[in-house]
Amino acid sequence: MSEITPDLVRHLASLSRILVTDDEVEKLAGELGVIVDSVATVNKAVSGDVVPTSHPLPMSNVFREDEVGPSLTQEEALSGAAASAEGRFKVAAILDED
Amino acid sequence: MSELITKSASELAALIDSKEISSVEATEAFFDRSEKLNHLTLSYLHLNRETALSAAKAADEDLAGGKRHSALHGVPIAVKDNLTTTDAPTTAGSKILEGWVPQYDSTVVKKIRAAGLPIIGKTNMDEFAMGSSTEYSAYGPSRNPWDLDRIPGGSGGGSSSAVSGHLAPLALGSDTGGSIRFPAAVTGSVGAKPTYGAVSRYGLIALASSLDQVGPVTNTVLDAALLQDVIAGHDPHDSTSLPDSLGSMAEAVKTAEFSGLRVGVVKQLSSDGFQAGVKSCFDDTISKLTSQGVEIVEVDCPSFEYSVAAYYLILPAEASSNLARFDSVRFGLQVAPEGNPTIERVMAATREAGFGPEVKRRIILGTYALSSGYYDAYYGSAQKVRTLIQQDLENAFSQVDVLLTPTAPTTAFKIGEKVNDPLAMYLNDIATIPANLAGIPGMSVPNGLAAEDGLPSGVQILAPAKQDARMYRVAALIEGLYTSEWGAPLIAKAPGLVAGNG
Amino acid sequence: MAKEPLMDFDKAIEKFDVVIGLEVHVELNTKSKMFCGCANVFGSEPNTNVCPICLGLPGALPAVNKKAVESSIAIGLALGCEIAPNGRFARKNYFYPDLAKNFQTSQYDEPIAFEGKLDVEISDGQTFEVLIERAHMEEDAGKLTHVGGATGRIQGAEYSLVDFNRAGVPLVEIVTKPVFGAGANAPELAGAYVRSIRDIVKAMDVSDARMERGNVRCDANVSLRPKGQEKLGTRTETKNVNSIRSVENAVRYEIQRQAHILDRGGSITQETRHWHEDRGYTSAGRPKSDADDYRYFPEPDLVPVQPESSWVESIRASLPENPQHRRKRLAAEWGFSELEFRDVVNGDLLDLVEATVAAGTSPQAARKWWTGELSRQANAQELSPNELEITPEEVAKIQSLIDSGDLTDRMAREVVAGVLAKEGSPEEVIEKRGLRVVTDEGALIAAIDEALSQQPGVLEKIREGKVQAAGAVIGAVMRAMGGQVDAARVRELILERAAN
Repeated sequence: MSEITPDLVRHLASLSRILVTDDEVEKLAGELGVIVDSVATVNKAVSGDVVPTSHPLPMSNVFREDEVGPSLTQEEALSGAAASAEGRFKVAAILDED
Repeated sequence: MSELITKSASELAALIDSKEISSVEATEAFFDRSEKLNHLTLSYLHLNRETALSAAKAADEDLAGGKRHSALHGVPIAVKDNLTTTDAPTTAGSKILEGWVPQYDSTVVKKIRAAGLPIIGKTNMDEFAMGSSTEYSAYGPSRNPWDLDRIPGGSGGGSSSAVSGHLAPLALGSDTGGSIRFPAAVTGSVGAKPTYGAVSRYGLIALASSLDQVGPVTNTVLDAALLQDVIAGHDPHDSTSLPDSLGSMAEAVKTAEFSGLRVGVVKQLSSDGFQAGVKSCFDDTISKLTSQGVEIVEVDCPSFEYSVAAYYLILPAEASSNLARFDSVRFGLQVAPEGNPTIERVMAATREAGFGPEVKRRIILGTYALSSGYYDAYYGSAQKVRTLIQQDLENAFSQVDVLLTPTAPTTAFKIGEKVNDPLAMYLNDIATIPANLAGIPGMSVPNGLAAEDGLPSGVQILAPAKQDARMYRVAALIEGLYTSEWGAPLIAKAPGLVAGNG
Repeated sequence: MAKEPLMDFDKAIEKFDVVIGLEVHVELNTKSKMFCGCANVFGSEPNTNVCPICLGLPGALPAVNKKAVESSIAIGLALGCEIAPNGRFARKNYFYPDLAKNFQTSQYDEPIAFEGKLDVEISDGQTFEVLIERAHMEEDAGKLTHVGGATGRIQGAEYSLVDFNRAGVPLVEIVTKPVFGAGANAPELAGAYVRSIRDIVKAMDVSDARMERGNVRCDANVSLRPKGQEKLGTRTETKNVNSIRSVENAVRYEIQRQAHILDRGGSITQETRHWHEDRGYTSAGRPKSDADDYRYFPEPDLVPVQPESSWVESIRASLPENPQHRRKRLAAEWGFSELEFRDVVNGDLLDLVEATVAAGTSPQAARKWWTGELSRQANAQELSPNELEITPEEVAKIQSLIDSGDLTDRMAREVVAGVLAKEGSPEEVIEKRGLRVVTDEGALIAAIDEALSQQPGVLEKIREGKVQAAGAVIGAVMRAMGGQVDAARVRELILERAAN
């Protein structure tokens, strides 16, 4: 019994910008369903008052001084780009606006 | 020349230091062998003779000028392909980074260069380190020198096969859930995951940021210790790196002794589910230690039951975010669909083409685990399991100095055996995952050949956080017990790689 | 895209309760970026202030800029906030070409500052207490330019270009709680609030605070609900509001637009809207959903920020006076009328007047200079008064020469022009141009006699009580003396003549 439906898979694939075919959607829904069922056990392990750990070793206040350091040259910055123009990375038209 | 390639890194370092051999000779020996035999094991993705030898030459010149940069000066090394190098592509085993040459060296690569170690090449790995068999590499699987039809472990199967096949005396790997230790166990070599933060992650292509660590892949404990000494240390570029040094591991190895040692055996990781031969090798290790007067205590870590589940929520979640940057814009593959695609479609098509199925699975799973409405139940709960694991370990370490477990539940399985069963694949890491979740150090040393298949098995040593020295000491002691018994390291029993095999 | 139908503003206010919420992003003026050492400067060649970290290259890791944390704490304190003893960074995950990592390192449920308030005064003297929900640290995205479309905007563009120089610049996002009860004053209040934030961060020198450069940006949220209803209406968020005036206009527009829709029984789409200052309307952007799933989780590459209370207190102690308090204090000290004081504030002349007073000028004289002649000069040169090539000390010097009688008002204006033309200090200009009030009464009297002889009968008229007849003589004397006489003294002498 899993809540991973094909529609959910499509939604997740869209959120993570991965194109998926219909076949892949079916397959993924199945695979993920099995995985999710098995990992859902973590829910049982914990009660409300356990504090989550996001850093294995407790550390805090790690800062650097506000100093300017070396940057890449424009050429170096663009060296990996599939497309560039006028010193900038060139991308295809953007669908939505923010 | 053939003798050179079976020497340990520390032996080579001594020979180079005394000028009996040059770094160029040593590097050439390993490079030529790698070039000749790589088609058998696919250990390497990139080999460049010029860069390797010019670094070796510089090492020789420095030595001639009286400058020895480290205890491993002049010894050639292989580097896992998820560590950035400015003079070689860095692909992380993925098509999405095919041919990408980084604009900066990772901190650990900077350190090994500064320490005078020439880089032989970049080693193969499961794509983005997701996997435990190297079968998920986009460039083809690496193969185990003990049996070329079998996996060399993963995700660092390139490094482990290189070292165990004597294509390199030592290598750098990375470990997120066992990617150094599991390959070490199944190839009869040594692999260590330092305490989280002991080694800089700057320049390590991230998988799961709170779990990843860089570590040594070698044939002896001393070599691993020497290499960790070179790469460890605080890095201002990595905000999670430990502020203080953990001391010298090599020194620790030289001062190891049994007296007073208390060893714990984890109830949850000592019986069911382990291959019989693996279990008996482990039992043998325990009985050897008992003969030395070591106290063996069974410890109870109930939260370990949830460690695999927690791991397979935390890792995909962090990875889904870490891998978002692969979008065709600033580096890497770009795939533009027909017509006038929007950038959204270009990104989606690129990632579809550039990521393999396991990576896609985990990204989508991770996206799910972080989704609003699911966060508390999945990622949030998994992070709580981490706390419980830390508590169980704290409790265990109050009773014993180190914990021992079999490193892997099985010996090397055949290529193709588990590749279509992700869940079965995930279970390879059952013993190694807790160390990453808790941030404690863990390492694997060989402890024999399984009776049923004659393949290597490993024992894992776990120590409290920041007690890497203690871990190395115990590892050295165990290694010593076995080399006394066998007369040589386990690796000496491996069938040699011969061109024309496989 | 056309303007949508609007309800009359007053009618809208009558029918509906307006609720506004403001999100202001302040760009900090640190030397380096938030998470890397690239320079935080405006106007460089594209992609020259970038590195593996702010470019989001594989393997790169962030490192927190301490000064940015300090400035963020300072802003929080200035807004009366509590400073979180334990805060973390979080990843806000979404894909966009100007976002190098395709997540923004920001803060989610553990912002550095929270629960503050700001008193905002509007033109009719009313003060509103705006409650601050939170202020948190985050990084800016790169800059996109859209090419090929008709308007340079996204719609219809062929492709876009990305410059990551701005990516990683430290931002502080300040979020208000919903503001109730502003009614018809809502637009002005929104503008005044943003101006207050701008003044505060400028006074603290944590930001260059130039809205036209994007140092301070505002997103305005507006919702309406029928009078008496408790449930909040659907809100829209308007972006691209680049000036105080735009804030006011955008809020006003949204009130009218939403009122029209609601009045006809329609419903408001929860969405992000884009303000067009040139046309005076908002247009629909992306539908905004609170289900915009950003999948926030604590940033694993950074460790918690736990500012020690001693650090927080030392920051608090070094805060400059709150701009509003300062204004109240100065208004009282200077004794200006409300209108006079407002002129100074609205013209952004407070600092200049204060400095000129500090250099010895009376407040009224200082005010007259800066709101009068100097503002006029600034406008003529298309500069702001701050940018004029004359210092408050120089202005004070010139005024003192007027006070001592060494310069007439007219001559003083000439001296100002000379200083602005870079001829030198006031004294140097006076020297070069020979601007001195002639105090040699002998020469004056000679000139007066000469003028009187040219205009007989003037003295007669003056004696008859037509004092204004002196004017023509004064004029003649001024011309003869090249204007370098104190007209008042000339008049005195003429009248003395007449009396004798």
